[in-house]
Amino acid sequence: MIVNLEKFVAQERVEWERLEAMLDKLAKDPWHRLTWDEARELERLYQRASADLARLATFSAEPEARTYLEGLVARGYAEVHGGRRETTRFRPWRWLAQTFPQTFRRRSSPLWLSFWLMIAGVVFGGLAVAFDPDAKDVITPFEHLLMHPSERVAKEESVAGDELAGRKARFSGQLMTHNTRVALTAMALGMTWGVGTLVLMFYNGVILGAVCVDYMLAGETLFLAGWLLPHGIVEIPAILVGGQAGFTLAGALLGRGQSQRLAARLRAVMPDVVTLCFGAGLLLVWAGIVEAFLSQYHAPVLPYSWKIAFGVVEGVALGWYLLRAGRSVKGGAA
Amino acid sequence: MSASEGAINRGLERTQRFEVRTPEGVAFSYRLASPVLRVCAWLIDWMVVAATWSLLATLIGVLNIISADIAGMVATIGYFLLSQGYRIATEWGWRGQTLGKRVMRLRVVDDRGLHLSFSQIVLRNLLRFVDSMPAAYLVGGLAALFSRKAQRLGDIAAGTLVIWVPEEVTPELATVQSGKYNSLRAHLPVVARLRQTVTPAEARIAWQALARRDQMEDAARIRLFAELAAHFKGLTPMPVDVTEGVSDEQFIRNVLDVLYRSER
Repeated sequence: MIVNLEKFVAQERVEWERLEAMLDKLAKDPWHRLTWDEARELERLYQRASADLARLATFSAEPEARTYLEGLVARGYAEVHGGRRETTRFRPWRWLAQTFPQTFRRRSSPLWLSFWLMIAGVVFGGLAVAFDPDAKDVITPFEHLLMHPSERVAKEESVAGDELAGRKARFSGQLMTHNTRVALTAMALGMTWGVGTLVLMFYNGVILGAVCVDYMLAGETLFLAGWLLPHGIVEIPAILVGGQAGFTLAGALLGRGQSQRLAARLRAVMPDVVTLCFGAGLLLVWAGIVEAFLSQYHAPVLPYSWKIAFGVVEGVALGWYLLRAGRSVKGGAA
Repeated sequence: MSASEGAINRGLERTQRFEVRTPEGVAFSYRLASPVLRVCAWLIDWMVVAATWSLLATLIGVLNIISADIAGMVATIGYFLLSQGYRIATEWGWRGQTLGKRVMRLRVVDDRGLHLSFSQIVLRNLLRFVDSMPAAYLVGGLAALFSRKAQRLGDIAAGTLVIWVPEEVTPELATVQSGKYNSLRAHLPVVARLRQTVTPAEARIAWQALARRDQMEDAARIRLFAELAAHFKGLTPMPVDVTEGVSDEQFIRNVLDVLYRSER
């Protein structure tokens, strides 16, 4: 049966257009806050459109009117039932001082998993190079690390001028983007139930362990510390944060010990995963600057003690920031 | 249509649409975007990024006057931000649409029908890192193929759907009106029988034919309205004066007029 559509549309059209206008207004400004009267009016119009849609669905299959109303009801449904909208504008300082460090602490289990996997990789890589020097060629992906550590140190320390002159900024940009890709890949691989993240964390640990043991066995521990500490003290935790995001995602996918359904679990961790990704990216911007502008300069140009001291200061500051910042604010870390 | 064909069509319909039932007891459905439309949108976006980058690269090139090193850094970071941030920025600014999605009438929506949050947009786009593996979005494509809601991994994690949005048009009865005398109105039993026998689907086909008449070749339009008129005339016996001297197209207008209007 087809209802008298002309009469029906003529009667209801004004109300539909009012609802449409309100929804358009809300869509144009995501931060718009409705007044009490506006909210009541929106709900009334939405309820009426819903009733009209139900009426059309029952008595008529007229597709144009139904499609139009379905679109309106769908948009109205999001506004009325959508819960709290993102009504507050993004505040960078609050995010930096509270949200990121709080999230970092709240997701401690995946962080520890990330950490211990990297440590396992470090041990494996270190032992491999210690007991089989040929393993270095297989493990180390960077050409400049393949030469004997003492040769490299001698070469670096004999450089009188600035080898990176005219290339530092570009180099720092490349480091930032490359490392950010690594961190984001570690997060994204969380969707492989964490297997990809696990491999990536372990592999990064293997490279780190192999390089460290290689330099330590060659008696170049001071050079190693002076070279790696200034940027590594920030870069390595940032990669760990990428892994933390990945394992947070994987934890929601696996849902071990959780009663919620998959979609609800993923939804619950989503803001934290995104926060961790942005946090890792931010740390890697700093690490990229330090690596290009400081780490590549060695004694006698820059004494190792200064570089190590800089790294230690950075480490203390980063540790304080991640472990203490935002603690006094309600809703902080558990 | 055989029973098996019907089952297949019902199955396809189920995978092409996603229904949301509201607490008010009504349901609305989303039409899921087909892989072909999504690939087209992706290609358009890829071209937009490439074109924007060629423009930006020229502007960044001006920085070489100050420092080639600085220009290199800005270029490296700029391309990374553009390639990663374009979809995030446009989907946030345009309520789930990039330029490519806009052109193809696609939209990213929350899979519960609620608001799309910034976190959802960021996560579904960051997960392109894994969806695009190992090449040509193979992982994402396979995930979408096997997903009931045609979701790639990014959509599953973010709880989003990519839907095809048909043009929203307010129902317009002017399409039916021609201002001419409706010969059917003089035969109320015929009108009553038509209202009983014509299905909504049949009425929709006739309506669509009228709405799109100007887009058709003359010969095709005449043939289509002849077929439609023959069909409707076959539904119920009609007095000669109902159809005599009335063109097939006008007859279809008359039929729709009596179907959708109870009185004049």
